[in-house]
Amino acid sequence: MTSTAGYDVERIRSQFPILQRELKGKPLVYFDNAATSQKPQVVIDALVEYYSMYNANIHRGIHTLAEEATAAYEATREAVRAFIGAPSTEEIIFTRGTTEGINLVAYSWGRANILEGDEIIISSLEHHSNIVPWQMLAAEKGAVLKVIPINAHGEILLEEYYKLLNPRTKLVSVVHASNSLGVINPVKVIIDAAHAVGAVVMIDGAQSTVHLDINVQELDCDFFAFSGHKLYAPTGVGALYGKRELLEAMPPFHGGGEMIKEVRFDGTTYNDLPYKFEAGTPNIADTVAMKAALEFINGIGKENIRRHENDLLQYGTEQLRQIPGIQIKGDVAEKVSVISFVAEGIHPQDLGVLLDQQGIAVRTGSHCTMPLMQCLNITGTTRASFAAYNTKEEIDRLVAGLHKAIKILR
Amino acid sequence: MALIADIQQEIVEEFSLFDTWEEKYEYLIDLGKKLPAIDPLYKTEENKIKGCQSQVWMHSEYKDGHVFFQADSDAMIVKGLAGMLVRVFSGQKPADIVGAPVTFIDDIGMTSHLAQTRSNGLRAMLKQIKLDALAWQSKSSAT
Ligand SMILES: Cc1ncc(COP(=O)(O)O)c(C=O)c1O
Repeated sequence: MTSTAGYDVERIRSQFPILQRELKGKPLVYFDNAATSQKPQVVIDALVEYYSMYNANIHRGIHTLAEEATAAYEATREAVRAFIGAPSTEEIIFTRGTTEGINLVAYSWGRANILEGDEIIISSLEHHSNIVPWQMLAAEKGAVLKVIPINAHGEILLEEYYKLLNPRTKLVSVVHASNSLGVINPVKVIIDAAHAVGAVVMIDGAQSTVHLDINVQELDCDFFAFSGHKLYAPTGVGALYGKRELLEAMPPFHGGGEMIKEVRFDGTTYNDLPYKFEAGTPNIADTVAMKAALEFINGIGKENIRRHENDLLQYGTEQLRQIPGIQIKGDVAEKVSVISFVAEGIHPQDLGVLLDQQGIAVRTGSHCTMPLMQCLNITGTTRASFAAYNTKEEIDRLVAGLHKAIKILR
Repeated sequence: MALIADIQQEIVEEFSLFDTWEEKYEYLIDLGKKLPAIDPLYKTEENKIKGCQSQVWMHSEYKDGHVFFQADSDAMIVKGLAGMLVRVFSGQKPADIVGAPVTFIDDIGMTSHLAQTRSNGLRAMLKQIKLDALAWQSKSSAT
């Protein structure tokens, strides 16, 4: 009944228990997927099964449960490797999410490689998690943080980027797809240009990994971080990919168990990759369940999901453009399924409250990208972001909800 | 000046005239529109209440044993909430403000919503009102 032929959105919806929920007496419309996605039954089952059947600490026990838990944990590492096209599982480090991945690079690689006067480049589109760690590093080292400007649509100005590059550029860290606008950055071009001046490149894949086909080898990025919770996996787990030569040369991030080979009071030898960067007992259950999420995506097919989401994006964009006084921010061709907009004379918070009242969950505010809002000369937006389970009928509810909210507010 | 408890009761009665959430919000927004404009002099960074998604300013003055509040916000619903708080607390004695239980928010039939929304600034505004009253109370008893 909805969108693309052959894509059974009702069947997909039936796999997400939370979508049965009502909000204020109306069926929930969940359009805050860029913040976090909902979880399918297979992911919830994987968590329950882990705790019910084979909960044990990994890598150290010789008993059966420990072996099963270790096998499941490492199976996710292989699933992640395949999902982002990394050459080996040794280059996949489990983290709590994108934020921890970026901080790991800033602390470990950054503190070993950034010197006074060195330059770090980020873009105007960055999430706070890809700004603050670099500000902290720059302040500590006396390095310089430079920012690639954007145009009014939120597109990176490549010519300006090329001008920023020079032999002092040591690192370029940019977001693959903007969480606030949905705009996809030309990361391949950005990476190649950075490499030409000998800089290392980190990609924030928090938003892109669920929507786009990721192949870190083709991209040739040096680091790539993402969060599980934005791709149907539980919260508190994610991964960092790093090129082997870089990871091997980097000092550990945290010290403790798991990350060592031998500990003596006169010196410690560190474990091999990736365990060198995984100190302490990790988030085993959520990591195990992340595999179920990746299989869920692969089962439907990323291409199919993308086609469906792009249909929603196009439909939603057309519908919203027709509402007087609404202006879409980041209204460009290359986007993931995010529609961010402002309504003339209306505060996003007011819209958010009145949409919530109608059972529609959207995000309002600066979306953890305050500098981007400053660049666009706005205080915030209302953001609707779509996932595999959303429908055109839900977009119709958003449109009707907006009409109602605007009527109340004007 | 009516008692804090009576003004709260008055507000509850006004809201009880409306059956639907739409009407309640329209009324709330109306209260915001009717809120006397804050003196631009007081729309300062210092008077901004932190921790809200919208900008909220609050200023208080002490005159003849009573505290007078002015407030503003760039978001209409928050401004409506501010309007209600000003109506309840402005012109009251510091000790009464500090000691008053706040019941009307639970009783206007919007709580499930208003209480949930940490970002709407209601709690922060209320805290500021009580803090200001406390400060005026200790200042006035010191002299
Ligand atoms: C573009 C982008 N980068 C980084 C992050 C941070 O991700 P997390 O909070 O999962 O660590 C997010 C999530 O909001 C994001 O959208």
